[in-house]
Amino acid sequence: MGEWMTVTDPDLSSESKNICQYTSETKMSPSSLYSQQVLCSSIPLSKNVHSFFSAFCTEENIEQSISYLDQELTTFGFPSLYEESKGKDTKRELNIVAVLNCMNELLVLQRKNLLAQENVETQNLKLGSDMDHLQNCYAKLKEQLETSRREMIGLQERDRQLQCKNRNLHQLLKNEKDEVQKLQNIIASRATQYNHDMKRKEREYNKLKERLHQLVMNKKDKKIAMEVLNYVGRADGKRGSWRTGKTEASFFLRNEDEMYKILLNDYEYRQKQILMENAELKKVLQQMKKEMISLLSPQKQKPRERADDSTGTVLSDAEEDAGELSRESLWDLSCETVREQLTNSIRKQWRILKSHVEKLDNQVSKVHLEGFNDEDVISRQDHEQETEKLELEIQQCKEMIKTQQQLLQQQLATACDDDTTSLLRDCYLLEEKERLKEEWSLFKEQKKNFEKERRSFTDAAIRLGLEVLIGTVLQYTRGHGRRSLTVCLTDLQFAHPNLLSLFLLLLLLRTFARHVPVHLNIVPSMY
Amino acid sequence: MNFSEVFKLSSLLCKFSPDGKYLASCVQYRLVIRDVNTLQILQLYTCLDQIQHIEWSADSLFILCAMYKRGLVQVWSLEQPEWHCRIDEGSAGLVASCWSPDGRHILNTTEFHLRITVWSLCTKSVSYIKYPKACQQGIAFTRDGRYMALAERRDCKDHVSIFVCSDWQLLRHFDTETQDLAGIEWAPNGCVLAVWDTCLEYKVLLYSLDGRLLSAYCAYEWSLGVKAVAWSPSSQFLAVGSYDGKVRILNHVTWKMITEFGHPATVNNPKTVVYKEAEKNPQLALGRLAFPAPRAAASPASNTESKYEIASAPVSLQTLKPIADRANPKIGVGALAFSPDNYFLATRSDSVPNAVWIWDIQKLRLFVVLEQLSPVRSFQWDPQQPRLAICTGGSKVYLWSPAGCLSVQVPGEGDFQVLSLCWHFSGDSMALLSKDHFCLCFLETEERVGTAFGRPGDHT
Repeated sequence: MGEWMTVTDPDLSSESKNICQYTSETKMSPSSLYSQQVLCSSIPLSKNVHSFFSAFCTEENIEQSISYLDQELTTFGFPSLYEESKGKDTKRELNIVAVLNCMNELLVLQRKNLLAQENVETQNLKLGSDMDHLQNCYAKLKEQLETSRREMIGLQERDRQLQCKNRNLHQLLKNEKDEVQKLQNIIASRATQYNHDMKRKEREYNKLKERLHQLVMNKKDKKIAMEVLNYVGRADGKRGSWRTGKTEASFFLRNEDEMYKILLNDYEYRQKQILMENAELKKVLQQMKKEMISLLSPQKQKPRERADDSTGTVLSDAEEDAGELSRESLWDLSCETVREQLTNSIRKQWRILKSHVEKLDNQVSKVHLEGFNDEDVISRQDHEQETEKLELEIQQCKEMIKTQQQLLQQQLATACDDDTTSLLRDCYLLEEKERLKEEWSLFKEQKKNFEKERRSFTDAAIRLGLEVLIGTVLQYTRGHGRRSLTVCLTDLQFAHPNLLSLFLLLLLLRTFARHVPVHLNIVPSMY
Repeated sequence: MNFSEVFKLSSLLCKFSPDGKYLASCVQYRLVIRDVNTLQILQLYTCLDQIQHIEWSADSLFILCAMYKRGLVQVWSLEQPEWHCRIDEGSAGLVASCWSPDGRHILNTTEFHLRITVWSLCTKSVSYIKYPKACQQGIAFTRDGRYMALAERRDCKDHVSIFVCSDWQLLRHFDTETQDLAGIEWAPNGCVLAVWDTCLEYKVLLYSLDGRLLSAYCAYEWSLGVKAVAWSPSSQFLAVGSYDGKVRILNHVTWKMITEFGHPATVNNPKTVVYKEAEKNPQLALGRLAFPAPRAAASPASNTESKYEIASAPVSLQTLKPIADRANPKIGVGALAFSPDNYFLATRSDSVPNAVWIWDIQKLRLFVVLEQLSPVRSFQWDPQQPRLAICTGGSKVYLWSPAGCLSVQVPGEGDFQVLSLCWHFSGDSMALLSKDHFCLCFLETEERVGTAFGRPGDHT
């Protein structure tokens, strides 16, 4: 049995290696090579394999191989290959059914194992690729970590430097401040010293002045005098009065009185101004308050769900304020409590208004975010687009105007050159000429039209004249019976020898002649 | 616009009488009184020495001529030409002289500000006021002429005395908290007195007529402080111009600052109209300037006409760098004036010397900037309407009104350098003063100052 362990066919070995590699990872049993060979022998792949398969059992060792196989199979849990022994010593016969069953079982097992192997291999591949991926990720993350660590170190370094600088600057600032303080102190001390010196000098100076004054007064300089032709009357025409003790006092009191009067007048005037200003400002504030209330009160009409504290306060405020107004109009407006009430109520209204406006702002932003079109409200983007468009238009118009201005200026400026001016003049004249031609043609057309109209008018006038004549003739004949009527055609003023009108006239006369025998003498005195 | 003949003048002494009928001018030691409309000489007075100062009395009946060198003051009467009066201060010397509001007293300040002598023309009395302060603006009269405020310095402290002008009684006397008082000015309503300190200390104090301190205002410490102060005609605002180049407006209700106006070298706001004066070639005189044709053809280069052009924002103005470590540096707002209707404030910043800034007080913002070709010497508002006349020392006078602005060449043979100007109280005419001459400029009544290449100012 040991012989087939050393079976090494050089042709087989390479292929067997291939097969073994394919199956080597899956099963490792103690008699490894053995089992490999067993497994290999189960795959009928090629002739060489067949020969390899035949290496296990030859014609000589059938019994031994059967017993061996039986042993192995029974250890694996398969039923025995032999038939049930009848006696101990008799040879056991091969149970073919059992053998076939065993073979089938083995095949099934083999297939299962192969499937399992495939699954395991695919899973292995997957895991392999996952591992690769993870390793890559790991490498990248490690790199990132490194770089971020380096960055952090760099930033920390910078931070440290900046802190250092900051500290230095603070120190400098402190130093500067200290210096400034020192200088100020120096200035203060010098100022006091100067003041002291100045005072000393001034006292000396005063002494000198006193001395000089005494000298001047003592000298009784006759020259110090006023020479006047005659004394002039006082400006206000009054006479001077003697100054005695009593009058001195009265003068003093009078002066005091006047001074206080002037001051009081000034204060009263200013107070009046300030009162007026206050009254106006109060009026303005009250108006503002009323308007704010009216602005906020439409909230009452809105759905009650939104009735939060604000509307409640508005209502209460409105009632309050109505009462207040009536009270205020009665009281004097400079009362402190009234003033406080007014300012407080205005502050309240203002707060309400502010919250209202904020609410509206939020609504608008919500609308913007949700993006539904409110017909009344143009979204900000549209508005901005419109304004941009308008601005562009304005710019274009401005540019056009500029270019036109430039051209105009150019035209005006090039008045110095003679040739060009004459050319220009001709150009202008050409324009004029053409314009005139156009107008002339227009005029001619109009003239024709007028002529036509005139003709039609004259026709109409002739017809009218005829009718009138017939009417008068009829009247005449009625009035004067039968008579010969020389219709003098000269009565008919023919401005134009018009055949049509003549024809008409003849027609009329014929009809007329039916009724009345008339001699017709047509005197064609027409021109 | 008509210009009169040119007359002789000395020391820029030319003043209209308060009633607007006469014009007084000085030539050396002669005083010439002319009629304003015809410019005929009505009176001619001769004084004893060269006149340094003339002043009309408030009722236009008298005129004083002060001769500081001799310490003399001579008073002349218009009604009675033969009347004369001479006040001699003698050894006391004379530094300043002015009328009292009633036109009957003369206040002479003696040398070294030893005292102020009040000479009366109606009585023989003389009063003395001791310790007047030697400062820029030490005496201030109220507009109605009732009270006079006088700055004094006693015991190294500043005081203010308020006198009643009718009888020269002392009404109030109080000390001020200033280091070194620089000036005092009454509000036009006569109830508030503004007192400001020296430029080393920014302090503006407001006192009521009865001497109570109403408010003290200090914008900043240590830097140079107040340079110029002006009340608005309605007494509503007090404009304080300081060395930091800003004007701060205080309101009369709280006496706190309501706004400050800066004077930067570049004007960025496009709403501000900036008029720049530009030379224009006299040949191409596209004259829309309303004045009679001058003999411009034969005039030298300095007489070239100019016009205003509107510059578009941002506009940068010429600045002058002040010389460091010198006293009284040329920085800060040195001149302020409100228009008579209270709508405009004209200012000049000394570091931008060619420009006049006009602020709209209704809107509290910059309205117009006028930049001239040379530094602005002085500007004055028309007493009746918001019309500003500016002179720069050149031969032109410039007028601005909300309708526009215009530059007018003063006609005359040779140069007429306008150094100063003053308006007639009716706003119909203006006296232009140069070093040796003066002339009168008559503006038509109801004249709308035409725009010369300038669009009408927007009020928006």
